Amino acid sequence: MQQSVNRLKPFFENIHFEREDNAMMVNFGPQHPSAHGQMRLMLELKGEEVVKARPGVGYLHRGMEKMGENMIYNEFLPTTDRMDYIASTSNNYGYALAVEKLLGIEVPRRGEIIRTMLVELNRMISHVFWLACHALDVGAMSVFLYTFRDREFAMDLIEDYCGARLTHSTVRIGGVPLDLPEDWCDKLEAYLKNQEIETAKYEGLLTENRIWRMRLENVGVINEQMAKTWACSGIVLRASGVKWDLRREMPYGLYPELDFDVPIASTGDAYGRYKCHMKELGETTKILRQLITMYKKSDSALMAHAPEYISATKEDIMTQNYSLMQHFVLVTQGMRPPKGEVYVATESPKGELGFMIVSDGSPYAYKMKLRAPSFWHTGLLEDLLPGHQLADVVTIIGNLNVVFGEIDR
Amino acid sequence: MRKYTPKHDVQHKSYFNDRFYVTPQTPKKNPNEDEVYSKDVEALENKFEISKSYIEIDELVVYINAQDNVSVLTFLRDELEYEMLMEMSAIDYIAQRGGFEIFYEMLSLTKRKRLRVKTFIRQKQTIESVYDVFKMANWAEREMYDMYGVKILNHPNMKRILMPDDWYDYPLRKTYPLIGDETAQWYEVDKVFGKEYRDVIGPEIRDCANIDRYDTERFSRLGHEVPYGTDISDGKEPDTPISYQEEGGVPLYRKLKPEDSVTIKEKR
Amino acid sequence: MAQHKVNYLQDGGAPIALTTVDKLVNWGRSNSLWPLTYGLACCAIEMMATGASRYDFDRFGTIFRASPRQADVIVVAGTLTKKHAEFMRRLYDQMPDPKWVISMGSCANTGGMFNTYATVQGVDRIIPVDIYLPGCAPRPETLQYALMTLQKKIRRESIFRSIKKKRLV
Repeated sequence: MQQSVNRLKPFFENIHFEREDNAMMVNFGPQHPSAHGQMRLMLELKGEEVVKARPGVGYLHRGMEKMGENMIYNEFLPTTDRMDYIASTSNNYGYALAVEKLLGIEVPRRGEIIRTMLVELNRMISHVFWLACHALDVGAMSVFLYTFRDREFAMDLIEDYCGARLTHSTVRIGGVPLDLPEDWCDKLEAYLKNQEIETAKYEGLLTENRIWRMRLENVGVINEQMAKTWACSGIVLRASGVKWDLRREMPYGLYPELDFDVPIASTGDAYGRYKCHMKELGETTKILRQLITMYKKSDSALMAHAPEYISATKEDIMTQNYSLMQHFVLVTQGMRPPKGEVYVATESPKGELGFMIVSDGSPYAYKMKLRAPSFWHTGLLEDLLPGHQLADVVTIIGNLNVVFGEIDR
Repeated sequence: MRKYTPKHDVQHKSYFNDRFYVTPQTPKKNPNEDEVYSKDVEALENKFEISKSYIEIDELVVYINAQDNVSVLTFLRDELEYEMLMEMSAIDYIAQRGGFEIFYEMLSLTKRKRLRVKTFIRQKQTIESVYDVFKMANWAEREMYDMYGVKILNHPNMKRILMPDDWYDYPLRKTYPLIGDETAQWYEVDKVFGKEYRDVIGPEIRDCANIDRYDTERFSRLGHEVPYGTDISDGKEPDTPISYQEEGGVPLYRKLKPEDSVTIKEKR
Repeated sequence: MAQHKVNYLQDGGAPIALTTVDKLVNWGRSNSLWPLTYGLACCAIEMMATGASRYDFDRFGTIFRASPRQADVIVVAGTLTKKHAEFMRRLYDQMPDPKWVISMGSCANTGGMFNTYATVQGVDRIIPVDIYLPGCAPRPETLQYALMTLQKKIRRESIFRSIKKKRLV
């Protein structure tokens, strides 16, 4: 067929004729076959070793912060889903917590339990997905298939409750709208039992594997100083030896009552981060089991009672006139929070996910800043990559657990 | 004549304003009510000029001068143990006060406290980069420049980060509409095909309630498409059973009959 | 401007009667479609889930290729932003003929929920699209159905087809 008319001409940007040194500029382009999304990494290579690295992001910038300024608070919630699209509920939860803190309302117990269950289940999904993609990049392709099979069981559970596999928006500002289905807790228990067995199998495949250890040990060493100055958080910070998990140090929600440990590694390398991820899967299982027992003992209020800001329950809306009127106003115009600013950070599977909401009293936020942990982890690559071989670049990018929906928002 | 609408804030606004509604403010407490914060505020006031400080929703907020930002952050990092700068950005108050309010969100790992340092600069005023104090400012300030147009001095790599390098105007300002101005709306057409193809490709359809007659009548009939011109009014629709293979069968494959497929009773 | 009156059951220009050679070549082409790994955003996760154990994509004969020069079909999964539009067009141009495009998810179809300054409102402003998949994110079964519809479409074509897509230069 005739070549369609357009202005794009081919360009050769890595061929420099008549260069005396051995440096080559490689463009790890915006589309690459590893699963991480659209990053343009411009590497200057001397042979196989990276001399300079410049990560370029912004290929998935969708203008979410501007959307936050043009949408009412409840309307913006599904948009936060698409930030860290692998663990959607953790974004929703962080956002809902931020707005609730601004409003000064408290969520009833059962709503909080359900939200925490979803968040921890999302943490499991996220870590399992991380393992799948990281192993795929490093070369262990069968782990990808095994982990996706188990991830499907967890997504079945989430689909039973939220209706969607990937972009769940069941968390509302003020709680959750619906109660769990009848046998959800039993299915969750069965899933956890299965997942423990499977996690042991993945560890058996990878942890003491000579090739895996050679690929991951002493690769991407982030020392404590570098981690702190680059604002790393989550597992990247914990693997460098810093004892910092927001759920333990600055607890929010139900975490003061839950009993779990936080794995920390003292080397800052990729193998340490891998071990932290795997141990966290076990800790999350513990948390979920405690939450199931707490759920069975809680009473059934699901949404906070704050008529100025939050609609009533469905039964009330359908039967009481004032609830209907208030619900109508809240949905069409939006609720008006107090004037002020709030910054709330939660521990998402990737790190510290923060929401800074500046409100001027109108239904639309004045400024909505979304602090994504992966943004800083990608910026860190500029300092981290020089000195590594080209094959290590793939390992490091996979290991740092970056999601491009968050980075570019 | 068209009524004049001021364009200094083109974001969506509420169409209804309650006449007698008084907006409440979030409670702001004196920093003396918390021991850690009172010591911090005292230390800061001894060295720098702090115009305001209060505790808002469990977090200390401190207002400083724009020239002091590097020295204040160095002091916080070295003396007061606020070792991590978690977030940094600007808030657009150009219409109200003529400038940006820049905030730095600090976190202390040892004291387990957060601190927000705020400063105000005029729109064209420059501010020093804090890259030497915290390396994360490399990307945070680039994003601030990209989204707001804040001028920053002494930055190692001041280029646009989220938008393309040749983008016009600063997206997160209040004067910038959500759907973008004219260069924004035709950006990809101009880049890929050239300005002449603007009419060929047509403007963007941003109306989410847009209904195209032909789309509704034919494209939504997924799996039951019919040729153009066929009568599809009620009662006269041609029968289009879903079949996964063509009528004559595909050579080398057995014909798959829908009746032969078995629904599994339970998921394996 | 858009060619709304494209008739999907009759391929562009040529008569619909297919010879045996046509049928054989179409059988080969449709049963071994090699997609380009082009996951942009959340829909990429669903595309990977389709390729994984439960909803196996490999049984359709698809092998995900990383290089556009070796790919037949490009499944645009995710939001296309204006910064990326140029590269998308480059990749499409680098694919050799015959090539098809499946636009997966609302963001690729029409810009989706992101009605903002930085999102291309539909990938068909840049590239001619054959199959549109609705959903946010579409389920893996939807992607499989889309692939089967594409296979049906390919089997109806004549091998010397002239490109007559829904939109575009």
